[in-house]
Amino acid sequence: MSRFKKGLSKETPEISTSSMPDIIFMLLFFFMVTTVMRETEMIVNVTAPIAENVQKLEKKSLVSYIYIGQPREEKLGTESRIQLDDAFANVGNIREFIAKEREARDEADRPFLVTSLKVDSDTKMGVVSDVKQELRKVGAFKINYSTRKKVVRK
Amino acid sequence: MARSKKTPGLNASSMADIAFLMLIFFLMTSTMNVDTGIMRILPPPLPEDIEVPDINKRNIMNVLISSQDRLLVNRKPGDIKTLKNDVIEFMSIHPNDPNYPEVTSRDVPLLGKVPTSKGIISLKNARGTSYEMYIKVQDELASAFKELRNKLSMEHFGKKYSDLIDEEQINAIEKALPVRVSEAEPVNIGGN
Repeated sequence: MSRFKKGLSKETPEISTSSMPDIIFMLLFFFMVTTVMRETEMIVNVTAPIAENVQKLEKKSLVSYIYIGQPREEKLGTESRIQLDDAFANVGNIREFIAKEREARDEADRPFLVTSLKVDSDTKMGVVSDVKQELRKVGAFKINYSTRKKVVRK
Repeated sequence: MARSKKTPGLNASSMADIAFLMLIFFLMTSTMNVDTGIMRILPPPLPEDIEVPDINKRNIMNVLISSQDRLLVNRKPGDIKTLKNDVIEFMSIHPNDPNYPEVTSRDVPLLGKVPTSKGIISLKNARGTSYEMYIKVQDELASAFKELRNKLSMEHFGKKYSDLIDEEQINAIEKALPVRVSEAEPVNIGGN
């Protein structure tokens, strides 16, 4: 009898953890590849409006962002301001900004640059119109009004 | 004497910890939001000395959003709920009807000769219009054009425009039914 009992120890065998680093590494690589680091710190509040017919913005590297909204710091007032990169800006700065964005891209990619307008829904159109007029003058014709997708409940 | 010549194995038990640390860092910093939005192409600036071409009045549908976020469609008060259907009706093909835009036929690859409407939606806004309302109107216009394209696509390819996969078919539909929304020069009306 003892012959059979020998192999059956009552303790549960330990789970091998030697493959854990591999699994973790796999997860790690997944996040490393998908991650997009936020480059700019928001100094204006932007809550994008909701729309139904939205398109995905592809090729993130070809997108430059213009933020318009109320300043986060309350003492700066409630009037909508333009944020380019990390600082407040005026309409006049857009020309410079677009030129810089173009300079940073490969020459072959420059015609495909898209300007994404991230505008708060409470903003008045006056500022947005000014920005659009300036973009027209600079020749950045492709724009994207950033919106959230409406969740359709059925 | 007792020394073995083999190099001792590297202790790899801390590798998991290092990998965990990095994983947690990337987990925290990653943002997985997909940017979505409404794509539009701005018109090139007009040279100052050029005369604005005279477009036949029947070809234009004027949509104006006032600073109180009210709609004026062809100088009559409009409603955002009916705007989509108004646009669809305006842009559909009505040959030889003077109340609707002119119709020309265009040669489009894959589709052959297609009658296309010469209608243009002219979208104007005041400086005091809220962005939210403006996007709502843009969205309605986009859905109107989407519906028209779906219809045309159903007639020719038996599939909805949004379900088309073939690049050439998509291009053909886009060419036959371009989104003709003119974001007009801003007018200073209604104050801020």
